[in-house]
Amino acid sequence: MMNSMTRQALLTTLLLFVLFIITTTVSARGVYQTNDEFLNEVFSQQVPKSDVVWLKGEVREQVKSILGHHYAGLRIRYWMQNDRSAWILEEIGKEEPITFGIVINNNKVEQVKVLAYRESRGWEVKHPAFTQQFSEAQLKNNELDRNIDGITGATLSVRAMTAVVTLALYLDEFVSTQS
Amino acid sequence: MKFKRTLLATTLLAAMSTTQAATPSNEEIWQLLQEMKQELNAVKQQNEALKAQNENLKDQVEATEAKAQEATEAAEAVAVASEEAIKTAAAKDDKTSIGGYGELHYNNLENQGAGEDKDELDFHRFVLFFNHEFNDRLRLFTELELEHSLAGEGKEGEVELEQAFIQYDLNDKHRVNAGLFLLPIGLLNETHEPNTFYGVERNSVESRIIPTTWWEGGLMFSGELAQGFSYDVAATGGLKTSASSDYAVRSGRQKVSEALADDFAYTARLKWTGMPGVELASSIQYQEDITQSLDPNAGSAFLWEAHAAIQKGDFGLRALYATWDLDGDGPKAVGADEQTGWYIEPSYKLTESVGVFTRYSMWDNQAGNSSDSEIKQWDLGLNWWLDPQVVIKADYQDQDAENKDDEFDGFNVGVGYQF
Repeated sequence: MMNSMTRQALLTTLLLFVLFIITTTVSARGVYQTNDEFLNEVFSQQVPKSDVVWLKGEVREQVKSILGHHYAGLRIRYWMQNDRSAWILEEIGKEEPITFGIVINNNKVEQVKVLAYRESRGWEVKHPAFTQQFSEAQLKNNELDRNIDGITGATLSVRAMTAVVTLALYLDEFVSTQS
Repeated sequence: MKFKRTLLATTLLAAMSTTQAATPSNEEIWQLLQEMKQELNAVKQQNEALKAQNENLKDQVEATEAKAQEATEAAEAVAVASEEAIKTAAAKDDKTSIGGYGELHYNNLENQGAGEDKDELDFHRFVLFFNHEFNDRLRLFTELELEHSLAGEGKEGEVELEQAFIQYDLNDKHRVNAGLFLLPIGLLNETHEPNTFYGVERNSVESRIIPTTWWEGGLMFSGELAQGFSYDVAATGGLKTSASSDYAVRSGRQKVSEALADDFAYTARLKWTGMPGVELASSIQYQEDITQSLDPNAGSAFLWEAHAAIQKGDFGLRALYATWDLDGDGPKAVGADEQTGWYIEPSYKLTESVGVFTRYSMWDNQAGNSSDSEIKQWDLGLNWWLDPQVVIKADYQDQDAENKDDEFDGFNVGVGYQF
């Protein structure tokens, strides 16, 4: 049976551990990269002027089909240069919105980044080991051309990411055919 | 020949005379000039008219362009305004959220000994989640459960508070929970919504050995470490088992209901999720006194649990091992000084919505003595997801126990949902 001194020692250790954690990183909760930082990185400091896709008609319906619900907005902004397009999209995981930054090159996924993650579980999706599964992914019948392995207990975050990447591929294709 | 030459000469002469005759007189020239002047005036007038029309059209085009510009600006303003409105509405609504899960079970199990068969239809669990976000860093999670449909005196069911804790973010990687929460042990303890696991009933290894579902009141720190590792450390209330239940750990759960808190418990878990589709974790727990100092024959206890959960494409595999080491003569006398269990569960997704599994489990709450008290179980079944959050399950179970009264063979069917 543990006596009160041992218990005190244990609790003190716990407190010190907490203080250590607090003093290490103190950055804004859940924001890993701002939208501007992301765009500057993608376009090497020469960010092109943005354009918008108006969500109406067939586009609106297709977006709903990909996300499983209507996109909350009238239009989606994007940045395009030659065959490269960058998209910043938000989608709810379980309860909180996740902000994704996606780069499409030649209608294939070049990069997927989690710019902000606010859920209390499933944070693994922001790690490269996870996002790299989307590299070179393409659209196939308005769906992603591959299976994405998930995370136990965070399937909704994975589903959100898959939906958003599919959306970016679709919108990139739409914009390319328009111009 | 002569005729042709004459014809040619005659034609030429005639032509010359016509031309000579065409030379107009002064009067004719004057008239021509007058006519031309009139035509010129007419053309001038037309020109003026066209100029005027042109000016008009130019004005109209300018006006149209201006309108188009206005319309574009208006559309832009509408878009911006509605986007802001949506954001504001979302921000207001999002603070409180409701969720839940539930499952209906049909058990058709034959007792292989002298015990009663289990032929039952039961709404095993009806659960409601109420969560609230106070601000960016502080939130509340609660879970209320009704088991077996009816609770109260003489009824089969219970109403239980299964979770109620405040979560505070210390920084972007570490957070603390305070209140009543699920212990970070095993696979099912924290994630047990029906659409997240195979088999109608929760597996016996986790429910008898860990013992899932297990919640305690206290304080827990959790966070991310480098390279896909994460940790949880908790200080909570402890179990209160007794000799009358052979010191079985499951009966020791106090459920934070005026729980005796003479002796606490300390839990730590290390988890690795560095590779997509793979989870490896291990938890240890130290109980200060497994009977809350009520039984002098029992003392502290130590739990060790380890598991792997893999889902790669269509193939799935879960494997878990858990073992308790109880101090004291009391548990030792009944062989409960060691309580152990393990299972292995491979699965395969036939389609996106249908998966099949098989599981082999073994557990023993009296592993410390030589009596053959272990129970083995073999399950085979399938899950059919109507939607990722709604599932129909069916499975067949075959148990094997020394004491046939503890053996139940048969099948189970269930419907479950989560939202």
